[in-house]
Amino acid sequence: MSYEEKGTWVYLVVSVVVYAAYVGVVLSRADGGPLADVAYVGPLLWSVAGAVVAGIVVRIVVEIARPSESLRTDERDRDLARRGTLAGQWGVVGGALGALVLALADADTFWIANTIYLGFVVMAVVSSVVTLVAYRRGV
Amino acid sequence: MGGKPTRVTNAIRALRFARGEMTQAELAERVGVTRQTVIAIEQGRYSPSLETAFLIARALGTTLDEVFAYPDDDTDAPAGPAPGDVDGATDGRGPRRRRTTR
Repeated sequence: MSYEEKGTWVYLVVSVVVYAAYVGVVLSRADGGPLADVAYVGPLLWSVAGAVVAGIVVRIVVEIARPSESLRTDERDRDLARRGTLAGQWGVVGGALGALVLALADADTFWIANTIYLGFVVMAVVSSVVTLVAYRRGV
Repeated sequence: MGGKPTRVTNAIRALRFARGEMTQAELAERVGVTRQTVIAIEQGRYSPSLETAFLIARALGTTLDEVFAYPDDDTDAPAGPAPGDVDGATDGRGPRRRRTTR
């Protein structure tokens, strides 16, 4: 497995785990009550920052545990990453459209913010999965 | 998994062995790509850029059309070399490998 493919796996796993942790915190704070009343801003900001830091730390740990043959990034890595990004952008578009609709409907900021955040997570997951499938199956 | 994602075929494996059993890692180093990319190209899972294709041909000491081929529409040549093909006898190019390039 190349250095960049490992990095894509780390990006996918960190994105899913951190978002799952965020959802868990929000649901536990809601404790059966309305979600819109939950103090979500702190956990959301922490999860975004945590995902960035965790992505760096986990990647370093993975390289220490299973060093790559080289840290080189070549045309195939860039090509597959581009394909993943193109597919993943629909997550951001979907999140933005969803947030727009919620704003127009005068929804609570909880739902607007979380729709946008979910869009970013969908982008991360879709782009990672598309890239990893391309690594395995070819293009 | 379905069929090979590309119809571009190649004789890299056969040519590596013909050039003193050059390893995939050596070829990757000469071309400037990762070994995983050389493997993907050899197995028909990735079509390299034209520039990389030229670099591969140069590293193997041959011409582009000796390394890569594209089957005619009316041929049903399998993509990529057959497993264990070390002498180039079955490189998956089909019978018309020279007609389109000369």
